[in-house]
Amino acid sequence: MSGPAAHGAPILTVRDLRIQTAAGAEIVGGVDLALEHGQTLGIVGESGSGKTTMALALLGYAARGARIAGGEVEVDGESLLGLSEGALREVRGRLISYVPQDAGQALNPSLRIGASIGDVIRARGVEGTSRIRGLLAAVDLPNTDAFARRLPHQLSGGQQQRVTIAMALGCEPPVVVMDEPTTGLDVVTQQSVLREVRRLRQERGVSIVYVSHDLAVVSQIADRMAVMYAGRVVEEGPTADLLNNPRHPYTKGLIQSIPNHRQPTALVPMEGTALGVEDRPTGCPFAPRCPQRTDACVEALPELIDLGPGPGSGTGPDLAPGGRHLVRCLHHAATPPVEAGPALGSHEAAAARAAALSVTGLRATHRGRAETVVAAEDITFDVAAGECVALVGESGSGKSTIARCLVGLHRPEAGTITLAGTELADRIRKRTVEQRRGIQYVFQNPFQSLNPRRRIGEDLARPGRVLRGLSAADARAEVPALLERVRLPARLADRFPHQLSGGERQRVAIARALAARPDVLVCDEVTSALDVSVQAAIIEVLASLRADLGVAVLLITHDIGVVAVAADRVLVLEHGLVCESGPTGQILRAPQHPYTRRLIAAAPTLARHPGGEP
Amino acid sequence: MSRRPPGSPSRTAHGPLTRSGFLSSHPLALMAIRRVAAGVVTLLILSVLVFAAASVLPGDAASAILGKQATGQALADLRHRMGLDQSIPVQYWHWLTGLLHGDLGDSAAGFASGGQVSVWSQVSGKLGDSAVLALCAFVPIAVVSVLLGVYSALRAGRWQDHLISVTTLVPSALPEFVLGTVLLAVFFGWLDVLPPVSVVAPGSSPLATPSVLVLPVLTLVGVTAGPAARMVRAGMLEALGADTVAVARLNGIAEGRVVRRYALRNAIAPSIQVFALVAQYLVGGLLIVEYLFGYPGIGKELVDAVSIHDNAEVQSVTMLLAAFYIATTIVADLAVMVAVPKLRTGAA
Amino acid sequence: MSSPTTRVTTRAMTRVIPRTVSGRVGLALLLLVVLIALTGTWFAPHDPNRTLAAPYTPPSGRLPLGADFLGRDVLSRVLSGGRSVLLYSGLATLLAYAGGLTIGLVAGYSRSWLDSVLMRVVDVLLSFPALVFLLLLATAAGRGIGSVVIASAVVQLPPIARIVKTAALEQSVRGYVEAAVARGESTFSVLRREILPNISRTLAADIGLRFTWSVLLIASVNFLGLGLQPPAADWGLMVSENRGGAALNPSAMLIPAALLGVLTLAINLLGDDMSGGDR
Repeated sequence: MSGPAAHGAPILTVRDLRIQTAAGAEIVGGVDLALEHGQTLGIVGESGSGKTTMALALLGYAARGARIAGGEVEVDGESLLGLSEGALREVRGRLISYVPQDAGQALNPSLRIGASIGDVIRARGVEGTSRIRGLLAAVDLPNTDAFARRLPHQLSGGQQQRVTIAMALGCEPPVVVMDEPTTGLDVVTQQSVLREVRRLRQERGVSIVYVSHDLAVVSQIADRMAVMYAGRVVEEGPTADLLNNPRHPYTKGLIQSIPNHRQPTALVPMEGTALGVEDRPTGCPFAPRCPQRTDACVEALPELIDLGPGPGSGTGPDLAPGGRHLVRCLHHAATPPVEAGPALGSHEAAAARAAALSVTGLRATHRGRAETVVAAEDITFDVAAGECVALVGESGSGKSTIARCLVGLHRPEAGTITLAGTELADRIRKRTVEQRRGIQYVFQNPFQSLNPRRRIGEDLARPGRVLRGLSAADARAEVPALLERVRLPARLADRFPHQLSGGERQRVAIARALAARPDVLVCDEVTSALDVSVQAAIIEVLASLRADLGVAVLLITHDIGVVAVAADRVLVLEHGLVCESGPTGQILRAPQHPYTRRLIAAAPTLARHPGGEP
Repeated sequence: MSRRPPGSPSRTAHGPLTRSGFLSSHPLALMAIRRVAAGVVTLLILSVLVFAAASVLPGDAASAILGKQATGQALADLRHRMGLDQSIPVQYWHWLTGLLHGDLGDSAAGFASGGQVSVWSQVSGKLGDSAVLALCAFVPIAVVSVLLGVYSALRAGRWQDHLISVTTLVPSALPEFVLGTVLLAVFFGWLDVLPPVSVVAPGSSPLATPSVLVLPVLTLVGVTAGPAARMVRAGMLEALGADTVAVARLNGIAEGRVVRRYALRNAIAPSIQVFALVAQYLVGGLLIVEYLFGYPGIGKELVDAVSIHDNAEVQSVTMLLAAFYIATTIVADLAVMVAVPKLRTGAA
Repeated sequence: MSSPTTRVTTRAMTRVIPRTVSGRVGLALLLLVVLIALTGTWFAPHDPNRTLAAPYTPPSGRLPLGADFLGRDVLSRVLSGGRSVLLYSGLATLLAYAGGLTIGLVAGYSRSWLDSVLMRVVDVLLSFPALVFLLLLATAAGRGIGSVVIASAVVQLPPIARIVKTAALEQSVRGYVEAAVARGESTFSVLRREILPNISRTLAADIGLRFTWSVLLIASVNFLGLGLQPPAADWGLMVSENRGGAALNPSAMLIPAALLGVLTLAINLLGDDMSGGDR
């Protein structure tokens, strides 16, 4: 364990760590990191940045399809890379341990949790149920024999994650690597797990590497932060310093892409998308998307530049190497400070306009084998032209079922749906072409919303033919304009969906809905599968559609942050019932219903100021 | 991600059966009752199909026995004795109630020889001989497929894996009668060490002359062990690729323990399904192999009954085999429940 | 980066040639057996149904593979006996797929009462050993190859319907299918434009498997003497007829047996290659 004598010397050192695919393409290139005793190092990156591959390599473990090509990982003075499997096994758990992302998948479904924990400590030659019970208590789980005899599926998601943390602590290693330990948990559970991690660090002095895609979550827990992009660390520094004064354009862009429900301002999306492992350029990997790009950026990869102790990092003795702020950008001095986007205008005037869509007393059920589950009950709201109304709730709150009723994919039990003054039939077959055209649906999963066997252009032309009676040629002719509307190049029309990134696919899905010239656009969790920088761009597209075309948007989401930056009005759903509704600003400022309060309090925000815990 | 957040009250109510105290605390008993009930229903539907199929035969069994030159009176007599003069639903009802009492009806072959021989007396001894053959094949298939399957999963992609997959593919791609013929040519035609026809004296067990079992068993094992091993391998590979195995390794647990407790244990359920498939396959395999080697079992009996149009026997033997088939499925499903804690204990 | 469209077409073209060595061996063997089966009769040196020598005469210059149990030329019978194998198994597979595809698509896509009824029937039929069921059906329909073909199609219908249903059901919840439904496209159009193209590869791999099954089933029934009747020349039947000559002229049963074996082995190898290609 960390002794005070060792203070200052890092407990974990990573030098020039390189990881490649079997074909030799670089997944992670030349990463240097240091973690001090009792500190938490946050590693942030979007999908494809190589963060999970690197986290596994810290334990000498090569992820599937990857090979650790070189470098050095040292924990407490012992070198890990190059050890035999047997020697690594001895090190894992004793010096460094791992908390996986999806605890439900990671726990052995055939072993009682006591036995799972027991296996880990037995590997180090420790025995005894008292030790197992002690570990359960350490992560705030009931330390009873009855609990230890439970099977993983008998635990909630949060409890499962705590068990994996207990396993990682089993042999009291000085360093624990946590890989997205709260992803997949709802916000309230996420908050309690984070609290647990913070407490463990304080009470046990364990040093933590915390890997996540979620900058807001990491900002609440990390002392230092490293931002990864395309397999490289592009910026590293003390958390508050890095968030308040980012020097890399990517870090800055990331910060500006994150919605803040406490002080909502318009998002400033980044251009372009991240490149795949095979297509990375020789120069700065961010150069293709960078507003500060010069020829020098494209020629060679910039080195990490030491900016010295940042201004926001205080003056304590803890600053030795840990207080440094490093950035991999030739033009770091030119990076403008984080600007708050323009304040969000109030669209409340829109409500005065006639309703494009109104829903009254909607009730929807799912008929199961033995019984009927009520998914939504007495739902009443309307959306005016150009307005955005959000339905917010956790999974299982019935919000998707409501959306499916609107577009005729689910038959409601009761209630009326009125589009532009006429009441819609409950079944799609009974609706007129004009009614089907007027309301369009964008689906949650961009990877399944486009037909893999059709070119983008064909998919985009279809609604025009079916719903607006266009000729094949006329419908084709509209495709470039549709793509441009969602900020995509016209050449994508000849591609197949698998050649597009997730964000591009979601924009195509929006364009396909627009091809019908709808009055109402129903967007079901359209950003939940996407990275924040991509999410920001989609939200911007939606805003422009409302402003330019007067489309009414019904936004369905679980994310309070998205609601804050995108919606004029909001309905909060709990178990199929509207528990609170009103203008977004008012609900966020002064929530009345306890459920709304809990939801808002638990939603993470960027902790941009030192010690900024919520 | 479609995970239900913890703490949100579950709206999934349960069916009326699960509410009662005993059954909700014994999901296994509940499952057993449900599956057996469903199996009985399936068998009833099947009995209608089977009876209908055997009854629409062009020309009835009586005329088949007596031949074309039979007089009207003799035919009517025999039809009466066989119950063929009754209406089809009545015949079905007699047959079904008989089955439920363990009476499989009377063999047409018996009527042909002038007497009245029950199907049961015709087939009971043969059932036993078939069971001996099936068991002698099942045990080595199970052992070989698990050993080869697990071993090649552990060596996946290496030469041992390729060797096993190539050597098992060739015999298993062949039809039973082709492999059996080849074995026959080798062991009888060429080496002359084994009998070409498996003669078992009436009343004696095939185990008294084990040599008659060798070729049929070899054929069944050769055809089945390969696919069974491949399925076991697939199940084991899936278990080895699961997150829980990677995490166990990251936790420094010894490799042998990882394989046993984190992979093998979770590969048991798919292996049980493989055994059930093997048992069910053997029903069809016995038909061919018994006929090929002249082994006096239920399979050969059925083929003979079909070729002499013995309806009563075809119907009853078919139902027996179907019952075995369905029972195997139920037993396997229950065994999987016992082996998988999540299914055994139900939700929390 | 090369143009994405060319990349797709080249990939589609290379799919005709198997990727793995065993897949290529499979394709070569399959072509060989099909060639023998289809064109063999033209090269048969003798009338396959004429008695030319004593039963089970060993191979000689005049009869390169010897004579069978009735003294007919084995080579000529082998060359003539493959056509029926391919014809009847192909026919059975086609019939089975026509029925299974219809039932599976309707059940998987419509999700109405029809689905439950169809699938209940399928479940009942699946709880029955295929070969026994086939014998029963063949008995009911009367002896002869026609009823065997129909019966083996019916026997294979349930598992095909099951596979098609699973694949179609998985497609029917995808965004592009739901979008088409919400546009109000006809059921036929949704099936043809959105669902069928996306399950075609799964089905292509399955058709190979079903064809192997048809070969096995029909050859087995012929072997049991309940399908094609003598004096027809058919590989399955020949194995059965000539079992008595294992000592005198083994080639009379071994050669047709080997050809049947090579055929099923080849399709197996090809099927492995195809199903491995999706991953």
